[in-house]
Amino acid sequence: MHTKSLKGLTIPLVSVLAGFIVGAILMLIFGYDPLQNYQNLLVGSFGGVYSIGETLRNMISLILTALGFAVASKAGFFNIGGPGQYLIGWFGAIVFTLKFSYLPAIILIIGALLCGALAGGLWSMVAGILRAYFGTSEVITTIMLNYIVLYIVNFAVKSWLAGKGSDSSPNIAAKANLNTPFLQRITDNSTFNWGFFIALAVVGLVWFYFNKTKSGFEIQAVGLNESASQYAGVNVKKTIITAMLISGLLAGLGGAIDGLGNFQNISVSNNLPNVGYNGMAVALLAAENPIGIVFAALLFSALQIGGLSISVYSNTPSEIVDIVIASIIFFVGIKYAFELIAKKGWFKRKNREEKGGAEK
Amino acid sequence: MKKRVLAVLAATMMAGAILVGCGNSSSSSKGTKHSAALVTDGGGIDDKSFNQSAWEGLESWGKSHNLQKGINGYNYAQSTDDSDFLPNINKLVKAKYATIFGIGYKLDNAITKASKANPDVNFAIIDSVVSNRKNVASVTFKTEQSSFLAGVAAAKTTKTNKVGFIGGIQSDVITTFQKGFEQGVKAVNPNIKVDVKYAGSFTKADVGQSLATAMYNNNEDVVYQAAGGTGAGVFTAAKNVAKNGKKVWVIGVDQDQKADGKYKGGNVTLASAIKKVGTAVKDLSNDAMKNKFPGGKTVTYDLKSNGVGLVNDNMSASAWKAVQSYQEKIENGTIEVSAK
Repeated sequence: MHTKSLKGLTIPLVSVLAGFIVGAILMLIFGYDPLQNYQNLLVGSFGGVYSIGETLRNMISLILTALGFAVASKAGFFNIGGPGQYLIGWFGAIVFTLKFSYLPAIILIIGALLCGALAGGLWSMVAGILRAYFGTSEVITTIMLNYIVLYIVNFAVKSWLAGKGSDSSPNIAAKANLNTPFLQRITDNSTFNWGFFIALAVVGLVWFYFNKTKSGFEIQAVGLNESASQYAGVNVKKTIITAMLISGLLAGLGGAIDGLGNFQNISVSNNLPNVGYNGMAVALLAAENPIGIVFAALLFSALQIGGLSISVYSNTPSEIVDIVIASIIFFVGIKYAFELIAKKGWFKRKNREEKGGAEK
Repeated sequence: MKKRVLAVLAATMMAGAILVGCGNSSSSSKGTKHSAALVTDGGGIDDKSFNQSAWEGLESWGKSHNLQKGINGYNYAQSTDDSDFLPNINKLVKAKYATIFGIGYKLDNAITKASKANPDVNFAIIDSVVSNRKNVASVTFKTEQSSFLAGVAAAKTTKTNKVGFIGGIQSDVITTFQKGFEQGVKAVNPNIKVDVKYAGSFTKADVGQSLATAMYNNNEDVVYQAAGGTGAGVFTAAKNVAKNGKKVWVIGVDQDQKADGKYKGGNVTLASAIKKVGTAVKDLSNDAMKNKFPGGKTVTYDLKSNGVGLVNDNMSASAWKAVQSYQEKIENGTIEVSAK
């Protein structure tokens, strides 16, 4: 067990290191100073309360979309619907806050977050139901549902929420803003908001759900072997739908928190929100471990927020950070490939030995 | 496992603290009046359109005053997502840039917020009006006028009496392009049909390409695009159709897009309805330098002030002549172009 957990940490750490090295080599090739840039990146993400606040805020939606991806993944599904579920969650929360703005602050906020989460959950459940009853590949359906939600939300914002000639909704009431004046004051006007603590609490809940509840265990069982779980008396269809529902709830909550805490409105989007995809990368780096997701999200968030500083403080294009991030993912992926090759090779050798033994 | 995680975290934090320490000592520079930076609205500074023209304006301002790119000079921050707007603006504020531009109406919310938190910094917003903020200058363009001329050019060039318009996201700003274009076409020949389509995005070249291909297949031989990065796809579509021997045209936007229309055997760019975002950025930076920043005011650029206009790329002499005569009429007020 001890060696196994050590190995579990080695892969992400080596990948991260390798990612940074690739970034450094590229910068050297193109004549930029890697040390200076990494230092700017660090200062940009952790230098001072403002930067820390911004980095922690950026973690919120990364954590939640990553948890969402992880839950589905534990059940054996590749839920690519994170961006769409995040977007509909954002939309749901803003709609609730705008339409019920007369409610007292606390009820308004809780209602908006629930509404956003539920919107994400129900949207994702569509893919779950299709998978459970018709065996439709969730990869295809979630990708397609992403685009459907993008255009539905754009249409709804444009024709329903936005004023004439505008392409964004009005701002929500100040009382529903999760980025309260107190937090603004202590973090030097950053967008850090109470959602961060909600996200951490949800990490705890998800950990508890997987390790201590029957339903969480069933999800993992179905992920390991669907037929065996069915044989063991697990209601596989229900479990699939539950897993997708929870997955969507989490991503939707991420969108809702960002809506109330960061944007305070919703506008017509050019593209699906990137955070949905980045959440998948965070979950992969953390090997879908809820606690690991917190640290992976911290790393990604620091890279993204610090990355904005790179082009401000030097001539290096900020895209270099995207290369570092992509390299990290690449190395995580290639590590799996190495493991697979190692395993296969080992099996072959063993088979040969056994064969040899039999011939003698 | 937990201990290990803690140890790693502690080590990272320590390394972080050391580096942060170094960082503060080396970058303890103070801002001057002569620094300015811009935040893009989603496209990069190489989008061959809106953001690029703003950046080129800032670059030329910086170079003309012997400034370096970077702190105390001129710089940009690129947004890939709407959530980058505010962090990007704040990064530039922290880096002590004296004047900060939000390129595009999408940033008006972020600029409003940042201007409240930083009353000593000059902010400018392009294509939107932020009222009641003393440190925010708003810049608008009468693009309906340049689009009117684009309409004249299209109407004088079309052989099929069908032309097309492709917009990015439908909004007040882009509507001015559409309305101006329609009025220009109708002024020349009321029987010409104008097909209006919106791509719903400023960054999706593929959508632009498929919309334009459909238009060309429908025998609409001149397409005017006001769609930022999406417009790149319109050029691709036009070049593909032109290579097959069909005579089609694109009218470019924001910048002179002649180079984008080039293909082996010709060029599909008929004209470009330019919007001199770069000039606006340059003017405001100069004003800020001279302590004359027009905070709280709205600066409008039009045909007369040469803030918008139509560039002749491949027009026939008679079409260009018609454009020039309409330009005169708009400038002296004989023709009033409506923005809505």
